[in-house]
Amino acid sequence: MSQGEVVASFVVPVHPHTVLTPDQNPGWRRLRDAFDDAAQTIQDLDADLLIIYSTTWPSIIGHQIQADPNPEWVMVDHDFHDLGSIPYSFNIDADFAHAWNEANEQRGLQSRCVNYKGFPIDVGSVVALTLLNPDNKIPAVIVSSNMYANRSETTVLAKSCLDVIKAQGRRAVAITAMSLSNRMFTDFINPEDDKIHSLKDDEWNRKILEFLEQGRLEDVGQLSRTIHRQIRVQKVVAFKPMWWLSAMNGNRNDLTGHIMAYEAIHGAGGAVVHIDPTSTGVGDKEYDEDDVEYFHGERGVLEGVGEVDAVQKQELEATNEDDNTLGGGPALWDPTEAEGSVNTDAAPKPVGAYPHARKVGDMLFLSGVGPRQPGTNAIPGGPIHDENGEPLDYDIKAQTHAVVNNVRRIVEEAGATMDQVVDVTTFLVDMKRDFAGYNEVWAETLGKVGPTRTTLAIDALPTPIAVEMKVIVHLAE
Amino acid sequence: MGKGQIVAGCIAPHPPHLVYAENPPQNEPVAEGGWEQLRWGYERLRASLSEHDYDAIVLLSPHWQTYVGTHFLGLPNFEGLSVDPIFPNLFRYHYDMNVDVELAQAIHDEAAKAGLPVKMMENPDFRVDYGTITTGHLFNPDWDKPLVVISSNRSTSYYSVEVMQEIMIELGKVTRKAIEASGKKVVVLASNSLSHRHFTTESDVPEDMSKEHITSHAMHLWDMRMIDYMRSGQAQRILDEMPEFTEQAIAESDGGGLSWLLSTLDVPDYPAILHGYGTIIGTGNAVVEWPCYAHEVNEE
Repeated sequence: MSQGEVVASFVVPVHPHTVLTPDQNPGWRRLRDAFDDAAQTIQDLDADLLIIYSTTWPSIIGHQIQADPNPEWVMVDHDFHDLGSIPYSFNIDADFAHAWNEANEQRGLQSRCVNYKGFPIDVGSVVALTLLNPDNKIPAVIVSSNMYANRSETTVLAKSCLDVIKAQGRRAVAITAMSLSNRMFTDFINPEDDKIHSLKDDEWNRKILEFLEQGRLEDVGQLSRTIHRQIRVQKVVAFKPMWWLSAMNGNRNDLTGHIMAYEAIHGAGGAVVHIDPTSTGVGDKEYDEDDVEYFHGERGVLEGVGEVDAVQKQELEATNEDDNTLGGGPALWDPTEAEGSVNTDAAPKPVGAYPHARKVGDMLFLSGVGPRQPGTNAIPGGPIHDENGEPLDYDIKAQTHAVVNNVRRIVEEAGATMDQVVDVTTFLVDMKRDFAGYNEVWAETLGKVGPTRTTLAIDALPTPIAVEMKVIVHLAE
Repeated sequence: MGKGQIVAGCIAPHPPHLVYAENPPQNEPVAEGGWEQLRWGYERLRASLSEHDYDAIVLLSPHWQTYVGTHFLGLPNFEGLSVDPIFPNLFRYHYDMNVDVELAQAIHDEAAKAGLPVKMMENPDFRVDYGTITTGHLFNPDWDKPLVVISSNRSTSYYSVEVMQEIMIELGKVTRKAIEASGKKVVVLASNSLSHRHFTTESDVPEDMSKEHITSHAMHLWDMRMIDYMRSGQAQRILDEMPEFTEQAIAESDGGGLSWLLSTLDVPDYPAILHGYGTIIGTGNAVVEWPCYAHEVNEE
């Protein structure tokens, strides 16, 4: 399997004029032609996945990912209903959607898939997919824009998407459905009278496009709040897409940009921009906001305050990679090296002097694997107790998913695949509470591979986790 | 034809949780109840109006958001499936509703005469927003009265609450004028929450009421302040404090519904009836009735 990558990115406008009435205004026609050229570029790149981040799909409860394999309906815009209707029938990559959702949860995000007949796909996504993927040949995935998400959360959303692109070896195209300036005329206008709402909006739009043409995507991301204040109607969805798009491109300023069109749509700034990941060799970052790998923000409104504090404290304490302890728990060790040892930075550090795994002949034996996250030591689903030993609520399914993913990383480091796992011994600290949730995740993951399994209840594990697996792999062809 | 009359004016919330909790046959998901204080508030509102006949319901929903003018549903019937894009797990409702196009057109025409940008929505493929459906269902579960549905012009986002309020007060005046000229008896509904800061997480069982509360003390204080004004007949003070309320309580009055309602009711100085108050995913919601029938004389 090849290494997955983002092979291109695009910024595209959201309003339906380019689909329904491109010939009523020369500017709308130029935008439509640019859409068509972008569609051809995507085909030429042999892309196998389109990822849409749409500003016209706001969400409240975390991030929503469309997972209906074939959403069908007729879209009518709330404002421009008199332009006509857009019937749609899209090809959604539901497997990718579920994998992204899982990756989001592992990086601390609130996330869910949606798969409901009649779900109203938003206008920005409908326009983008209708024009960029006219024959539905390339599967797509759509993610909402959370109205409360800040930069770090939006950045982590992109990183979890990249996790899946890499894991699946995909050739992905990242697309933001968005306006630049989004101030429309508040009265009805004749199509031939369309223009950017104000000179100030136009000047800001051209400055953004100048940056993008120079490949300075991260600079645009870091100007996002300023841009929002200057030329954006204060809607719930701010100028966030550039945070996401920049993170999808490694937060770089040396990309290759190409402005394909820039025109007004009822006063708003609409642009089709192609961003090629090829480095120009110039344009280093001039200033940097913090980079983030995991989201530790406030997402526990429903929980008791004390519990949230304890969970966040534990996670934050464990966040520093140089910190060699685990929130008051056992010290962390570098994995030991010996003949046949298999160790990887993609798995959590051991809590003693042992390797992640060891090869003997055509067999691979893994040390006990828990759910801690490599690098941060955060525990998906939360720790089972605080540092004073006071019990905390936790999610056994999230922990079990994380264990399976850690196992996968070690197995793949050894050059094997999960299909080769032959035997698993699982340790649960609370069989009565957790067996059902653990068993459900097992059925969705290792249960499909078919190793033998033994599940034991034990008194405790060295770190505040609820589940650990001991795994044996047969390496023979 | 006699002079038209506004029978009552109401604010009534529209989070889809309320329909979900009712388990009507039109909605696909099934709940174990929840948010009873508000649902019983709607019951009390229906009972309060049951003795008063009316011809149509005029409703403004903040979830039909228009940035270019104010729009009116302009076809006699709409049916289809409404799926909430934010809470699709709770709301997938099969609707079939009738529109009083004549009255909608009359309000539209009066607004146009007053210089407001307006448009009739005549695309048969249009999907009615879930705010309209939720309030429409809870106010009139039999769906046996035609509706006039008015979009929420987002002038707050474009300009300011003050500008929004100027526009909505004008829209309220022309709404009243058109209703009076129509000879019809009408109930006017502003479909909106009060404070509007949501939780960003959802409990495993969405109707788990042990998890439901207002998001902050400040939100509670603002909600109670507004409700006190309503109950004591101080509608003008609500309008006066609308900018602060909207900003500090992140209130859904930003959609203009409450300002429009109070203007349509000619800024009532008589007490409103509070039928219920409760929170939904942390937002503050009230079911409130201004009993115009008890205070306004219909001049035949």
